[in-house]
Parts: sequence; C-alpha cells; structure tokens
Amino acid sequence: MSAQVNFKTRDKKKKIQINNLKTILVTVAAVVFAIIFLLPTILTITNSFMSASEINANYGSIFATTEKGGKVFISKTVNLKFIPDMVTFSQYFTVLLKSPEYLFKFWNSIIYVVPIVAFQLAIATLTSYGFARYQGKVKNAIFFAYIIMMLMPYQVTLVPNFLVSKAIGIYGTKWAIWLPGIFSPFAVYLLTKFMRRIPTEVMEAASIDGADEWYIFTRVCLPLCKGGIASIAILVFFDYWNMVEQPLILLPDSDMHPLSVFLSKINAGEISLAFAVAVIYLVPPLLIFLYGEDYLVEGISYQGGIKG
Amino acid sequence: MFTQIRNNRSLHKLSALQKKKLVSWLFLLPSLIGVTLFFVAPFMVVIYYSLINNPIQKEFVGFRNYVNVWKNAAFQQAGSNTFIFSLMAVPLAVLLSLFLAAVMESRIPFKSYFRTFFLSPLMVPTASVVLIWQVMFHQNGIVNNIVSVFGGGRIDWLKSDKAYIVIVALFLWKNLGYNMILFMSALASIPKDLLEVAALENANKFQVFWIVKVRYMSSTILFVAIMSLISSFKVFREVYLMTGDYPYQTLYLLQHFMNNTFASLDYQKLSAAAIIMFIVVTILVYAMYAIENWFGKDLEG
Repeated sequence: MSAQVNFKTRDKKKKIQINNLKTILVTVAAVVFAIIFLLPTILTITNSFMSASEINANYGSIFATTEKGGKVFISKTVNLKFIPDMVTFSQYFTVLLKSPEYLFKFWNSIIYVVPIVAFQLAIATLTSYGFARYQGKVKNAIFFAYIIMMLMPYQVTLVPNFLVSKAIGIYGTKWAIWLPGIFSPFAVYLLTKFMRRIPTEVMEAASIDGADEWYIFTRVCLPLCKGGIASIAILVFFDYWNMVEQPLILLPDSDMHPLSVFLSKINAGEISLAFAVAVIYLVPPLLIFLYGEDYLVEGISYQGGIKG
Repeated sequence: MFTQIRNNRSLHKLSALQKKKLVSWLFLLPSLIGVTLFFVAPFMVVIYYSLINNPIQKEFVGFRNYVNVWKNAAFQQAGSNTFIFSLMAVPLAVLLSLFLAAVMESRIPFKSYFRTFFLSPLMVPTASVVLIWQVMFHQNGIVNNIVSVFGGGRIDWLKSDKAYIVIVALFLWKNLGYNMILFMSALASIPKDLLEVAALENANKFQVFWIVKVRYMSSTILFVAIMSLISSFKVFREVYLMTGDYPYQTLYLLQHFMNNTFASLDYQKLSAAAIIMFIVVTILVYAMYAIENWFGKDLEG
C-alpha cells in the first residue's frame, strides 16, 4: 500500500520534472524568436545614435560601393554594434534642422496616409452598416465581389488605378494616391464581419422604438464598433505608411514620393543620416503600436475564418 | 373583413420594411460609386485593352496579347520567381505561425511581452529596417561573418541564387506575428468539451493537436494561407528598397515586370499581364477554399 503511494508520488514528481523541462525548452524557443523579431528594430534605433565616422567605420565597406567620390575610411569587414562608442544626437540634429528634404518627404507621408485612413474608415463604416443590415442575395453577391477585390494584389489593381487616374486627369497628383486608397475594400471587409456579430435584436429594438436608420447607425451601431474601428484604422495605417508600389507607378515626380520610397534612394555619403531618418519614420507606427496593441490584437482576432 | 385588415397591416409592414431596406442601400452608395469608378469600370477597360491591338486602332486580336505576354522572357522569369517564392513562403508562414501560437498557448513566463515582441515587425515600415537587412546580407555582412565562423564561404546574398532564402526570411519576419494572433484566437475558441471528449477517448497529445485542433481550425488555416499568399506579393517592397528597379535575376518579381511595363506604357501587355494574374490568384484562392471544404466537411455536416 505505502509502496504504491510512493510510486504514485514519484510518478507525479517525474511528470512535474518533464513539465518543467518542457516549459524551459519552450521558453528558450520563445526567447530565440523574440530576439530575431526585435533585433533589426533595436539595431536601427541604437545605430541612429552613432556619429558619422563611427557608421562609416562600421558599415563603410557595404555602402561605399555606391559612393560617388569622396574618401571615407573603410573597414574590411563589418562590425555590428549594439551600443555606440559615443552616443550623439548629431544625426537627428542634421536631419531635423539642416536637411529639409527628409522632413519634406516625411510630411508627404502624413499628407497621404492620414486622409486615406480617415476617409477609408468613414466610408467603410457606412458601407459595412449597409452590408450588415437586411442582408439579401444581391448584397451578399456584392460583398463577395468586395472580398475578391480585397484579395487582388497590387500587380492587378494598379493597372485599373493607373488607367482611371489618367482618364480623369489626376495622374501624378495626390488624388491618384488618395482616391484608390479611400475606396479600398479592405476596411469594408473587416468592419462588415465585425458588425455582423452585433445581434440583430439590438438594432431592431431601437427600430421598434421609432429610431430611423441614421440614428441606429450613429447611436447604436457605431458605439458598439469603436474597438473594431480603432483596430482596423491601425492596420490600414501600417499598410499605407509602408506604401511603395502606388507612388512608384502613380507619381512620376519623385519629389512627391513619401519617405517610405525615398529612404532607399538616400545616397551613400549620407548613410549615417539614414539610420536617424529610419527611426524618425518608425516613430509614428511605434507609438500607435504601443498605445493600441490590444485593439490591434482584438481586431486581427476578429478576422478569423473567411466564410463568416 | 378581419383578413382584409390583416392583409392591410402586413402590406403596411412590408412597405415600411422595404423602405428600411432601401435606406440600407443608401449606406452602400458612396462606396459603390467609388469602387465602380476606381476598380470595377477600369477593370472592364483592362479586359477590353487586353483583347485589342492598340488603343488607337482598336482592332480585336483575340488572345494574341495573352500569348505574347505568356511567351515574354521577362514575364516568365518574373512569374516563376514570384511563384516559387510564394510556394516556399506560404507553407512556412502557416507552419511557423502555428508553432508560435502553440508556444504562446503553453505555460511560459512574460507571455504578454512575447506577444508584443512577436507582433512588433508588423508595425515596422520596410523602409526603416532595410538598412539593417543590407548590413546583414552583404558580402561583408553579418550573416556571412557568422557563416564564415562555421567554415562557410562568403557570398553576396542578394546577388546570388540564394537570394530566395533572404526574401523568404524577411517575409516571415514581417508576417508571422499577424498570423500567430489569428491562430491564437482560433485555438482559444476550440470548445473545451471537444478537448475533454478527446481526453476521455485516450487521445494522445499528438492526436489531439493534429486531429482535433488542426481540423477544428481548418477555416483559420485557410484564411492564414490566403492572407499569406496576398502578402507574399508585397515582398516586392523589401526587394525594391534593397535592390532597386533591376535586381539580380532571381529577385526579379512580377511587380518589377509591371513597373517596367508601366514605364513603357505598353497597355496591351500590362492589361494581359494583370488579367493573367487575376486568373491565377482566383484559381489559387478557389483551390485552397476547395481543399479546406473537403478537409473540414465532416466538422460542419
């Protein structure tokens, strides 16, 4: 009898040990992944505090290949450094006060992205409400067409965008970026899925009390969708803040390009500035991410299966 | 008389409902106008352009543009590069993010921090990290430093046949966190009693995972695969920002082909290429959908 109990506890102990070992292994795996995921971002940030000569000494041999004249000290191999020898804000000082072209491109990015996010969401809330209320065969067929449009890569949608912007004379202007972005079906798709989860009874109750559709939309539906709207706005912001394809095709004048495209054209002589510019460009999405991560996670979770 | 009143009332009710339905269509109107103007109508024009010889003569040429594009060496190169890349990237994206979700499901400390870390690449604009990628994958870069410690030779990753590995890695880096969240919410939504039944029937952990959980999540797996396919076409951003308009031939993607065709204003080629891509993407998505339907059918039935 007592031997059996002994055996049992020993078995339990063994199990706990195995569980502990498993936890350790999984934690190690998680730490390895976390390092891989974080390292590039952290390195960009720490490198932005290095002086120009330190950057050249570390990475000169990489970026010197595109250098036009000018002698910089070039080391044979590359040193990847976490912490600068001497922390300096000189790169930021130069970018913010002496090189207006970067700030100008940064401003371009804001000018493109903010209206797209605001109006895509405004139109999408209306549209999603329309799709979610009184679903019928025709509406569902149209919604299916929206899904197909959402799934199409830029390689397909940019051709229609290009043709229409030429036809109505907005090619090469800000409108060529704004309008296709504002009418993009992405937010409509996600918000419709979100709104369809609101029980019909909630809206019907207001309807029976005599409220008209606009009242139900603004006073019943929208307050219930606040979280969803915020999360989709964040996703749309990240996507357009990162835009590359559209400006390359719709904006022939590179002065009008957003910083997301311009940063790659930075010349080798200013490579030390590039890190500071990269960090400045990272700041808005970083703040939004830190502030709105929970919304974001909730919003992504809602997307789930494509059928629903 | 009584029936008449009831009829009248239902008629009145119906018209009120119809009015509401009509109003709900008004909500759709702004988007329908915009989508028609910027996507649907010009897409019809694209189909038209793909079937004529040029926008001036407007002579109907059947499928000649399609044949020309299909035989075009640059298109073949770009198409096969893009296709091979997606073929490698999408399954890896599904498997690795499923693994990460499983890691997040198990008992580990600082879980919410790990979630933040894994998700963080989603917000990083490609332009901001492209410098670090260059530092890593250059001839004299960090990856080669590490490789050479283990006795490997130095290669210029972005100008070699191994460039695929680099862009697959960059793609995974950016997209795994997003997929992981989708899988985490799917794992959390599996009914507890389903798992209890599995436990009662003496299913081992392997069986529980592959037969119960994966099967239950099949629609999420489909969604993740489709979203990964769509974002795999966006890897052009990384490639373009690192290597410009004319990269090494293994990195020449469909978007490069399109950009260069836009530059030469060859509407026929452009239109035919867009339609070919439209058809291929539709077939791929439909195929994935069909596989999921077949795989998960006894769950819903």
